[in-house]
Amino acid sequence: MPGEAMQPNETQRQIRDAARAFARRVIAPNAAAWDRDEAAPRTVLREMAAAGLMGVMVSPEYGGAGADFVAYALALEEISAADGGLSNMMAANNSPVAAAIQQHGTPEQKSDYLTRLTSGEWFGCIHLTEPHTGSDAAAIRTRARRVEGGWRLDGHKAFITGGATAELAMIVAVTDPAAGKKGISTFVTPTANPGYKVIARERKLGHRTNDTVQVVFEDMFVPDGDLLGDVGRGLAIALANLSAGRIGVAAQAVGGARAALEAAHAYAGERETFGRPIIEHQAVAFKLAAMATEIEAARQLYLHAAGLRDAGEEAATEASMAKLFASEMAERVASEAIQIHGGAGYLNDFPVEKIYRDVRVYQIYEGTSEVQKIMIARNLDAIVAGN
Amino acid sequence: MKILVPVKRVVDYNVKIRVKADQTGVDLNNVKMSMNPFDEIAVEEALRMKEAGSADEVVAVSIGVQQCQETIRTALAMGADRGILVKTDAELEPLHVAKILKAVIDEENPELVILGKQAIDDDCNQTGQMLAALLGRPQGTFASKLELVDGKLNVTREVDAGLQTITIDMPAIVTTDLRLNEPRYASLPNIMKAKKKPIIENTPEDMGIDIAPRLSVLKVEEPPKREAGIKVETVGDLVDKLRNEAGVI
Repeated sequence: MPGEAMQPNETQRQIRDAARAFARRVIAPNAAAWDRDEAAPRTVLREMAAAGLMGVMVSPEYGGAGADFVAYALALEEISAADGGLSNMMAANNSPVAAAIQQHGTPEQKSDYLTRLTSGEWFGCIHLTEPHTGSDAAAIRTRARRVEGGWRLDGHKAFITGGATAELAMIVAVTDPAAGKKGISTFVTPTANPGYKVIARERKLGHRTNDTVQVVFEDMFVPDGDLLGDVGRGLAIALANLSAGRIGVAAQAVGGARAALEAAHAYAGERETFGRPIIEHQAVAFKLAAMATEIEAARQLYLHAAGLRDAGEEAATEASMAKLFASEMAERVASEAIQIHGGAGYLNDFPVEKIYRDVRVYQIYEGTSEVQKIMIARNLDAIVAGN
Repeated sequence: MKILVPVKRVVDYNVKIRVKADQTGVDLNNVKMSMNPFDEIAVEEALRMKEAGSADEVVAVSIGVQQCQETIRTALAMGADRGILVKTDAELEPLHVAKILKAVIDEENPELVILGKQAIDDDCNQTGQMLAALLGRPQGTFASKLELVDGKLNVTREVDAGLQTITIDMPAIVTTDLRLNEPRYASLPNIMKAKKKPIIENTPEDMGIDIAPRLSVLKVEEPPKREAGIKVETVGDLVDKLRNEAGVI
């Protein structure tokens, strides 16, 4: 039956271990400093690409690893355990952008753009959200007008992860306002275009190691060759990887929570009160036990959903459940990790306050907790019937 | 030149080990296992020699349970060309391992064998030396630098007094120290490619090696818990404690 891969196989474990080794060596020692600087060096993304983390599921023909979705999610958990912001850059490049080009790209787009994304020469971001619309993606207003040899784009995009870093933008825009959802198309085009303007860099609670920006397109010319897939299929292309994105967020949440547990466990073994390490006080040990249990439950949910994806299923409900539970779990676990640290946990000398800030967004992006509940509620008949 | 690198599956260095309640050994249930870190250094050195053009094939060999294949696979993902698994469920001692490796070497004829100086589980630090003796080949142990010059090998060794450089004839046996190199981590594409690299399987019985135990483990214990330190008031107190309590002066 599908979903048997709830225990990772040998290759998936090897990929997880390689991602963990990379994260511990390259990212974890610097994450606190990059968080304070509100930026990670551009070279880190290139190092991630050299390790194979930027095209985990892309075919080897285009420089990818050609691994499965379970392996990708496990690798994402590892990067997130070292730094949430960089895990989100990895997710953006891998899941909406590279996956969409692999699935819908022309041979030219694949050999040029996709190969640059997997090699780390370029980083790819997705432009879907606009200031007035998030989950209601069909309400976007960015307009692409047909001109000779291509399209001219005008519009305003918001909450674009890596929008200032990226060399390649995947842009969702309205090509036929009369056609509703079927009047939306997707483009992949270089950001080195005079019409591509970053107008604001947001300051954030967490994920400070990546850039979240607002971008405007001002009469931006995009040639015909940069249309991704068919005209009018843009929303379907952009949303095809939505379940995958949600499973990715669940994996990120598990990574953050695990890092919080690791820090709290280490601290509880060292910090002494009343003459013994606080882990020997049952009040603290029970907290750690509950945190570990919640993390494992969330991991099983995302591995199950990822296994279903690998078996060719959409897994929309399972992805929503994994994302809902894991993201809310991560805030609880990070909060408990701070509690175990006491006052020290509130200081940025210890890693848990950063983790607490980093994990909050998992309940928001790729569909808020409330949107996940809508998705699950719509499927209740089937769930209750035991399908 | 062909280089043979033995790789051992051990408890991961990050794991806090526990002694089994009956004191017969270390608890391996649900414990993460990885390649012995000194063997990773050995694989890395072999790969660097291959990349520098002085070797053309790197073969990884592991001896033990079926899961040792995963350790070989890790070496293949780092860049080794093929693997040999000598499968046994028996507890092995350094002399068994050296004898099995000798049989593999008689078959494979590598010009160079690079081993970790010791495995982090039993810390024996014997296999490389025993293997060199069984083969009658020169050995360079605790290597922190290797240089191939005119068909001979310059080995810089980390010894108590500092660094000692020796020149040994090939074919040779080398064991790695910690500072020889920093091993690479396998990239994800190379992990996937490694799945297609060949691993052949053998057993000590098929090779005619006697692996009957020569040693018996009487008891395995946790190290004693470290006591908290104290502050001394005067130099006189310090000297008194060093002389009469610690017995070190």
